[in-house]
Amino acid sequence: MSVTTDTPRTGLALPTEVSQALYRLVAALLICVVLSFLSDAFLTTSNLLNVLRQTALLFLMASGLTLVILTAGLDLSIGANIGFSACLAAAAIKNTGSPLVGFAVGVSVGAAVGFLNGLLVALLRIPSFIATYGMMWVAWGVTYWFMAGETIHGFPQSFRQLGSGYFLEIPIPIYIMFAFLLLGTIFAQRTVVGQQIYAIGANPMAARLSGIPIERRLILVYVVSGAMAGLASLIVLARINSAEGDIGEHLVLPAIAAVVIGGTSLFGGSGTVAGTLIGALILTLVVNGMNLLLINASWQPLVTGVIVLIAVWIDIRTRRLAD
Amino acid sequence: MTAQSLASFGNVILRVPGVAIVLVILSIVFSIMSPTFATVPNFQNILTQSALLLLLALPMTLIIMTEGLDLSIGAVLTLASIILAATVVATGSPTLAFIAALSIGLSFGIANGVLITLFQLPPFIATLGTLGIAQGLCLVFTEGQSIVGIPREIGQFYSGFFAGIPIPIIMAGVAYAAFHVILYRTRVGTYVFALGGNREALKLAGVSDSRMLVVIYALGGLMAGIGALLLTARMSAAHPTAGIGYEFDAIAAVAVGGTSFERGNGWLLGTLLGVLVIGVLRNGLNLLGVPSAMQVVGIGLLVIVALLIDNLRSRT
Repeated sequence: MSVTTDTPRTGLALPTEVSQALYRLVAALLICVVLSFLSDAFLTTSNLLNVLRQTALLFLMASGLTLVILTAGLDLSIGANIGFSACLAAAAIKNTGSPLVGFAVGVSVGAAVGFLNGLLVALLRIPSFIATYGMMWVAWGVTYWFMAGETIHGFPQSFRQLGSGYFLEIPIPIYIMFAFLLLGTIFAQRTVVGQQIYAIGANPMAARLSGIPIERRLILVYVVSGAMAGLASLIVLARINSAEGDIGEHLVLPAIAAVVIGGTSLFGGSGTVAGTLIGALILTLVVNGMNLLLINASWQPLVTGVIVLIAVWIDIRTRRLAD
Repeated sequence: MTAQSLASFGNVILRVPGVAIVLVILSIVFSIMSPTFATVPNFQNILTQSALLLLLALPMTLIIMTEGLDLSIGAVLTLASIILAATVVATGSPTLAFIAALSIGLSFGIANGVLITLFQLPPFIATLGTLGIAQGLCLVFTEGQSIVGIPREIGQFYSGFFAGIPIPIIMAGVAYAAFHVILYRTRVGTYVFALGGNREALKLAGVSDSRMLVVIYALGGLMAGIGALLLTARMSAAHPTAGIGYEFDAIAAVAVGGTSFERGNGWLLGTLLGVLVIGVLRNGLNLLGVPSAMQVVGIGLLVIVALLIDNLRSRT
């Protein structure tokens, strides 16, 4: 199953990975060219900033998910986790009036859900897609019970900056996106723990024999994935200024699509956080294009589903050719 | 009681499957906590409400026994229900509507099977993709609205009786018998056990597993199509989110019933008991006034306990 390490892993990004990232960037540019011909509204500063802002949200979710998928796992709970974290953070802000407390609550609730996922996967050895799928429904259930059909809205201006503020005329989420691109890339490529995560996905048996604490690393990636969902939930919350249980519901498939389009293999061990950013950009461009061409938003889940299937199929094909 | 008879009594207790014990304990607890639980009408209620879940959990058992999974079954159920309602409203013919629902279910089942065998996608990704597609089609068809104006003949399939027995219970009984025959008496069943048990050996024996896998996933889609009849009949309407999440209950029923996700050994009677456990749990929590969102949490915990026990057993 796991003899798929076509390239040895070193501290440096390898030329094959750089060229793969370039192919994807070219694809993104091609979509841009096509869209600028199809719609006059595409090539405007406000639309492009909008695309990047949407990309930022998707990337933040998908970057944590990338680490999980690098270990050959999956986290299906991030969408429900976003709703759960957002609602608890919203309640915290309403009750304390402090955006900082809300921020802390959002990220830690997300991380806590991730921790539970990690325990189920690493210690109980439940297949990750089953464990996180169950967690998705549990988080959903608790959120609905907690909210009891209400919405929480109206947050302090200082908190709203996180999602809708600007710095030098560029939306704040875009800065956050690049900060986490840097952080994620350094963590994955330049730290021992990051390299251990690749090793676990590439060959779990070898990783265990070489003394990597697999259980602790697995728990870590699920905690990071949950925490990133918590962070993303805060940005959504700050942007739309209202918390409801289902705000993350439709984000799971796009996040998985972003990771896979970005070149991270579902079978673990290969891929980059930078690739995921390009994947998130490509997916956002497609959705933006559909919006600009006035295609009914009802079509988006369908298109995303098809894109996921095609992207995974391409991944499997290229892997087989490489072997 | 001698020591020997005590020991053999202990052996018998150990051999009683965990799911049956859970079912008995839940029933006792709910009987004590709610006066309406242990009544004949309520038991009939539980069975009627569990019928739809059994229709989905039966093929899910076979799928999980092949180390697969079908996440799309709830969304396909919903889509089939919408197609059924739209067809019957447009043509006035329940038969045509039922055929349309079956075809849409079967098509999705076959598509799942083809994606998993021909395109070699992992089952959870293939069915997650088709879940997105089915859910998307639901939205595209309905624009988020319910379809109403379902004729009374359709409603009869949920509330009607045949020979004094509610029709959903009869449908569930027939489906159970059919799957019992499929799993234990046909080549497909033999392949199901072999696929989960030792896929390599099957390949080395020169048996093509692809066609059998497609049949198994097609059965899942087909049962979702049949289930759509019950779902639509129960609500006398079709709603674009009505069946979402049914796959969770179905997977939970199979897991609680003792079918293992990793070793491919399964047990159809266990799934029947698992469905009853979920049905009793939901019914009892309903009677106690627990909202359905929190019932999901209860089911989740139950599944974790079941998997924990499975995990401990496989280590001994």
